[in-house]
Amino acid sequence: MKTTENISVRKVWEILEGVCDPEVPVLTVIDLGIVRDVKIAKANEEEKIEVVITPTYSGCPAMDVIRMNIRMVLMQHGYNNVQITTILSPAWTTDWMTEAGKQKLKAYGIAPPNPKQQVCHTELFAEDEAVQCPHCNSYNTRRISEFGSTACKALFQCNDCQEPFDYFKCY
Amino acid sequence: MTKDTIYNYTLHLADNALILAQRNSEWCGHGPVLEQDIAITNISLDLLGQARSLYQYAATLMNELNATPLPKGAPIANGEGQAGLATEDSLAYLRDVRAYKNCLLVEQPNGDWAQTILRQFFFSTYQFFLYQQLQRSTDATLAAIAEKSLKEVTYHLRWSSEWVIRLGDGTEESANRLLNALDELWMYTGELFIPASYETAAVEAGAGVDVTALKTHWQQRVNEVFAEAMLTDATAGRESTWMQHGGKEGVHSEHLGYILAEMQYMQRVYPGCEW
Repeated sequence: MKTTENISVRKVWEILEGVCDPEVPVLTVIDLGIVRDVKIAKANEEEKIEVVITPTYSGCPAMDVIRMNIRMVLMQHGYNNVQITTILSPAWTTDWMTEAGKQKLKAYGIAPPNPKQQVCHTELFAEDEAVQCPHCNSYNTRRISEFGSTACKALFQCNDCQEPFDYFKCY
Repeated sequence: MTKDTIYNYTLHLADNALILAQRNSEWCGHGPVLEQDIAITNISLDLLGQARSLYQYAATLMNELNATPLPKGAPIANGEGQAGLATEDSLAYLRDVRAYKNCLLVEQPNGDWAQTILRQFFFSTYQFFLYQQLQRSTDATLAAIAEKSLKEVTYHLRWSSEWVIRLGDGTEESANRLLNALDELWMYTGELFIPASYETAAVEAGAGVDVTALKTHWQQRVNEVFAEAMLTDATAGRESTWMQHGGKEGVHSEHLGYILAEMQYMQRVYPGCEW
């Protein structure tokens, strides 16, 4: 019994690999680390799936779409009884992003996040830890703005190849 | 601890975040440069997200309080939505000005860039110390929201502090604009540290933060940033300033009514409309 449940849980995780972030479409919800848990309960011969997710940023407008897409993809695979639970604690961190996710981000032209403990502080005008240009790999880059096109990104420019780029900032 | 206390306390935290988000969003498309237009609206979005989490929690509490929902069509000044049940939307869109519990600081007009920056700096500094404490609340939901939001507020605090320094230590004009902003806003900072009745009750229940104890931290941080901004003397002699208050108890400046008129217009005219 336990074994069948484990197989189902693993299958649901695999299905969720097909759900992408609508704003950074190269990343799946698994790459981002926003799916925290999958639980399956048996009720009247039907499997009830609970997917536990956590938002990246409080105001991330993609979360509603992500919730809907998770429900849709599970329905397509025959899971009709789906509950999606949102938790806030422990708070999401870029440290939960997978290595595969970081590679995909870089290939997409977005610099992946550095380990967070080196950047998240209140010290003013602090030197940023070197962020690598996703285009020419130079570390000779500078921050243009702490806030970018989405809540999770900052704007950078490469001093060598001159290309501007997004940096998935630490959180 | 009564649910009523936590409901009012949560609503106060939510209203602060929502009204400042609404104010900052007025800059959308009007920022001094593109990057800073994006920055201020990003901050708006973070605050709106925090407000949503808090309103969702407040709605749950309210619905538990009102075991019997109000009849459909009953007066909606207190935020009950369709069928008498509160939702995050009904709390934001269907409460009147006297039911809002935000502090006066967040409803003050944007003014020029300096005034917007200084308002954000004063509020982010306050929110930073507040959420640090609220993470240890005995109320698990409030603690989780604080833990999550603190990461965002850390960015807001750093950004607004750097801008205070940039303006204060910039040109004669930028420094003058910041000093004018200080004249406009200083009288609204005292209220942050004067607890409303529900704040005192929430502290006694172990769920809330004692705002009176935040004042020294806040003042110290403001002094540090002002010193960097070459404004060391700017707050001197202001201890005697008459501090405006009342917002947290629903007595607002004339500005909030106009904010709500614009923000709530669609839901008031087309109740329940979605897009």
